[in-house]
Amino acid sequence: MNSSVITFPGSNCDRDMDVALKKFGFKNKMVWHDDTELPKSDLVVLPGGFSYGDYLRCGSMASKSKIMHSVINFAKGGGKVIGICNGFQILVESGLLPGVLLRNKYLEFICKNVHVTINNKENSFFKDFDKDTVEFHIAHNEGNYFCSNEQLKEIQNNNQIALFYSDADGNIDEKNNPNGSIKNIAGIFNQEMNVLGMMPHPERMIDPALSGEDGSIFFKNLINNLK
Amino acid sequence: MKVSVIITLKKDVLDPQGKVIHQTLDGMGFNGINEVRQGKYFVIDTKENDKKVAEDKVEEMCKKLLANLVIEDFKIIGSQ
Repeated sequence: MNSSVITFPGSNCDRDMDVALKKFGFKNKMVWHDDTELPKSDLVVLPGGFSYGDYLRCGSMASKSKIMHSVINFAKGGGKVIGICNGFQILVESGLLPGVLLRNKYLEFICKNVHVTINNKENSFFKDFDKDTVEFHIAHNEGNYFCSNEQLKEIQNNNQIALFYSDADGNIDEKNNPNGSIKNIAGIFNQEMNVLGMMPHPERMIDPALSGEDGSIFFKNLINNLK
Repeated sequence: MKVSVIITLKKDVLDPQGKVIHQTLDGMGFNGINEVRQGKYFVIDTKENDKKVAEDKVEEMCKKLLANLVIEDFKIIGSQ
C-alpha cells in the first residue's frame, strides 16, 4: 500500500503521520506542497499543523497550493484522502468536504485526549472497527464544525458524519462537546465516502508507552481495508 | 486603483471574539452596546485603472479566496 503525506509550510504533524503509516505497513512518501504531481498512492494524507501560519482562515492558503490540484483530482477519481486537524480545515477550504471549522466556542486552544464515537462504519476508513468509541487526542484552536442548516440536513441524510465527540460510554451530548461543533461533529466524509476529515489525531495514539493504542486500531484497520 | 473590501461573519454565525470584545467594552463602562461583530478589512492595490474592472476582479478574489461564503459576507466599500 502506497501512501503520500503532504507537507505544507507550517505542517507539524507530517512526520508523526509518516511514522504511524510506516509502522502499520504503508510505503509512505513525503510530498512537498509546491510539487505538482502526486506519487502513485492508495492513500493521501493532509496532516495537522499550522499551514501558512493560519493566515486569513485556517487552511485557506494551503487549499490553493500547487499540489492540491492533484489531490483534488485524485479525490474526484475515487482516491482515498484523509485530512487530520489542519488537514481537515484544508479539505473544507478546498471544497472536498462541506462546511467550515470556526474558532472554538470558548476561545481556548484545546489540547487533550477526548473520546469519539464512530457514526458510520460503511466505508473503508472504519469498516471492521471492533470498537464504537475510541480515545484520540485533539489539539486545535479552530475545530468548531459549522455548516448551514441545509448542508447539515444533507450530510445527515447521506450519513456523512464520521465521528461525534462523546464520553467513554458513547454519550453524545453538550457536556462532551469540547469546541462547540454542531451536533458534536468531530469528523465527516464526502458524499462518495472516499474523503475523510477529522479533528482528532489518531497518529498520536499509536504507542502505549506514550499515549494509548486506539490510533493503532485506526491504522491497522485502514491498511486492511485499503488492500 | 485601490479597492477596499470588508468581510464579516454572516448574521447567524456565532462570533465569540465579537462577544468577548462586547463584554470587555461593557466592563470598561461603554454601556448601551447591542452587539459587536468582528470582521476583516482589505485594501487591494491593483494595476487596473478602470473602476468597474478592478471591482469585478476583487469580487472574484473574495469569492475564491478572501471570504468563505459558507460563513462570511463581503462588501466592496470603495475604490480610488
